[in-house]
Amino acid sequence: MPNITYAQALNEALREEMKVDQRIFLMGEDIGHHGGIFRVTKDLIDEFGAERVRDTPISESSFVGLGIGAAMAGMRPVVELLFMDFALVAADQIVNQAAKLRYMSGGTVSVPIVVRAQQGGGRGNGAQHSQSFESWLAQVPGLIIVAPSTPADAKGLLKSSIRAGNPVIFIEHKLLYNTKGDVPEGDYAIPIGKAEVKRDGRDITIVSYSRTLLFALEAAETLAQKGIEAEVIDLRTIEPLDMNTILESVKGTGRLLVVHESHSNCGLGAEIIARVYEQAPDLLIMPPRRLGAKHVPIPVAEALENAVLPQPADIVEAVEAMF
Amino acid sequence: MPLTPERLQDAYRQMLVIRKFEETIRSLYQQGKIRGSFHPCVGQEATAVGGCWAIRKDDYMTCTYRGHGQAIAKGLSVRAAMAEMLGKVTGCSKGKGGSMHFTDPSVGLLGANAIVAAGVPHAAGAALASQLQKKDNVALAYFGEGAVNQGVFLESLNLAVIWKLPLILICENNLYSEMTPSHETTSIVETHKRAAGFGFEAIQVDGNDVEAMYNTVEQAVAKTRSGGGPIYIEAMTYRLWGHMMGDPEIYRTKEEVAQAKENEPIVRCGKRLIELGCTQADLSRLDGEAESIIADALQFAESSAVPEPADAFTDVFI
Repeated sequence: MPNITYAQALNEALREEMKVDQRIFLMGEDIGHHGGIFRVTKDLIDEFGAERVRDTPISESSFVGLGIGAAMAGMRPVVELLFMDFALVAADQIVNQAAKLRYMSGGTVSVPIVVRAQQGGGRGNGAQHSQSFESWLAQVPGLIIVAPSTPADAKGLLKSSIRAGNPVIFIEHKLLYNTKGDVPEGDYAIPIGKAEVKRDGRDITIVSYSRTLLFALEAAETLAQKGIEAEVIDLRTIEPLDMNTILESVKGTGRLLVVHESHSNCGLGAEIIARVYEQAPDLLIMPPRRLGAKHVPIPVAEALENAVLPQPADIVEAVEAMF
Repeated sequence: MPLTPERLQDAYRQMLVIRKFEETIRSLYQQGKIRGSFHPCVGQEATAVGGCWAIRKDDYMTCTYRGHGQAIAKGLSVRAAMAEMLGKVTGCSKGKGGSMHFTDPSVGLLGANAIVAAGVPHAAGAALASQLQKKDNVALAYFGEGAVNQGVFLESLNLAVIWKLPLILICENNLYSEMTPSHETTSIVETHKRAAGFGFEAIQVDGNDVEAMYNTVEQAVAKTRSGGGPIYIEAMTYRLWGHMMGDPEIYRTKEEVAQAKENEPIVRCGKRLIELGCTQADLSRLDGEAESIIADALQFAESSAVPEPADAFTDVFI
């Protein structure tokens, strides 16, 4: 199985899907000959031409809006936002339009659009280029939200997202693009809405996704040396949430920590913990915890950014405090 | 080709259907039978009929919450529209969309929108789809001059020109953005001049003259359908009723509205038909036919079932 990067895996998914489905086309800033700032669309313009790999002006709300219109008219657009932060520039089109048009039409139209964007910190990109939005996007009914952490999941989930027939927010992470992993060749699709246990353990369940999933795995190795075996669940899909996999794990461990890069306040960690208490109040033997970004904008200097965003050491510390 | 005298009679009846639809909705609203808000298009029937009749059923159209007339002119069933207003399961959106979101893709109606400029990129996107699919369909977006200061409108103008989309934009300039005179809030209130600045072929037309409206749009469609790029039409019109039910209309005088009534599209079309040889009796017959269509739709809507609560949880995803 080829060992390729996360960015290459995404590129492979796009190429394979575009080959078999003429309805698919790409729009975004600098995605043509430049190949995207993180090289996800590298060389696709040579293979599929400038009609299907379209460089856009820097006007997110219109090109997301055009994607929505094209989707309603039978196409399968995959739209790239340079940074997830710019989803706010296109917020009306994503939240008021893409998410609601099918419902408001009584099911007579569908909006099969994928909006891809990379998010998150760790590179000192500052407060308008480092945010993570999955928690508040998950508040919007009508959006499917996926956030793969590995190259294989990136390929498999992007294929499923393009085929979903519904609006999908496909969340990438700027510091995952160069990570490598084994990726199945050819038609490899992962179902939306299925979490995966990435590490087995009996003592505590750590739920995470995207880049902090890698942090959780790293922390789990440290914890193992201290005699704590953590089970690490990769959500992969944020909406719809796979509660069964979480509950099944917590049934065995009795302890739960949720880790994500989006802000803790009113975040996904709170939601997951609330659902565990609602759906299985007797499973937990210790009060659960959550780790997310602290409630300030994301700063630039490394010492500051590391203080705001959850780090592997923070995960170790949080887990140890539960024993 | 201009509307034949026979076809103009049809257009007259179609405008009457739209007028009577809005009058019926007002009455139902006053009876407390309509939920939410209602933004009437009374006085703007010619832009709807002249525009929508100049495109094909399989061409695309988007509009705004003042789009009841446009939706009906594009082919939305009057029964389904009325039932939607009454929140019935037989409504075009099964009671989920209501007054501001009339949609029927089977007649090319991709949706009315409650965000004034948001449908413009959707029409542009449908035009892009047509271009990519190598089809000859065009897309038409209706919006008011109150929409021209939203960012997405200006962004979409730019994209439409650089991608040479088969797109017709029709700005219904009715002089008022909600409850504020547009000249107070808009730098270039003759909006076609803005569009020209983006590189559009941009035209201004008397939007209360259904024949002029039809001819202008028909010629524009022929051009854009054959690859001529997007065309912007500013249709000058006047909204005879308030922005919505309950609008106290303090921004204009009764005299101004009275004067505008002399120039309103249905009166003008009636005069034109008389010039062409129709009799008052012909006009009354057309009025009666429109009345029957509305009465039938109302009967249908009132006798339709309300949705089940469980229906609230369907139609989110395919």
